[in-house]
Amino acid sequence: MILFEGPWTFLSVATLVTMVAVAVSILVASLRVMRGPSLPDRVVALDLVGLLAVSVISVVAIATQKPVLLDAAIALALIAFLSTVAFARFIEWQGERAE
Amino acid sequence: MNWVDAIAGVLLLVGAAFVLVSAIGVVRFPDVYMRMHAATKAGTLGAGLMLGAASIVFGDLGITVRSFVVFFFLLLTAPVAAHVLGRAAYYANVPRWERTGLDELAGRYDDVDDAAPGEYGRPARRGNDDIPYP
Repeated sequence: MILFEGPWTFLSVATLVTMVAVAVSILVASLRVMRGPSLPDRVVALDLVGLLAVSVISVVAIATQKPVLLDAAIALALIAFLSTVAFARFIEWQGERAE
Repeated sequence: MNWVDAIAGVLLLVGAAFVLVSAIGVVRFPDVYMRMHAATKAGTLGAGLMLGAASIVFGDLGITVRSFVVFFFLLLTAPVAAHVLGRAAYYANVPRWERTGLDELAGRYDDVDDAAPGEYGRPARRGNDDIPYP
């Protein structure tokens, strides 16, 4: 974490706060993944977790000053979308038995 | 303090707030459809703000283009994913909130039980033309 090695600046404090907030968000969304009464609930929460992973990647890219990580964000956003659509097709195929 | 860093930090904090709100919405809303509303819109905006912060911090054209590509992709795919998932949830008869009064799709699709044999209980895609559109 290159950003945190120097003296504290506004950007480093903001990055740290954002990391904590996104981590809390992932935990809260995982609560819905575990608890969600139906399968679509879980898929919605998983989609949000994928979006939060993209956020984590961009924040870590800022914190470590490594912009190469944004390439991983592209791939991750693509995979999150594809998995959501695949899950939706599966739920539709499964019909009323989904739970 | 550097103005670029200040703007990026503000963008990061606002994005973190939106992301947190969307996660809380996913847990607190009573319904799949409302949870989808929270996750899709607020989550996309929060992630987009963080990507914008990254593009401002690095100040490089390649990085800016890359982060805007990610944001544009999220902007394109989030509504599509939410729509497909919402339709699947409607087909799967996921219960709505008991205080949701309006269901404009009711009766417009054949029931799941009417699917042709061998269709694995998949609902027919055609709309029901007997009911006039409003």
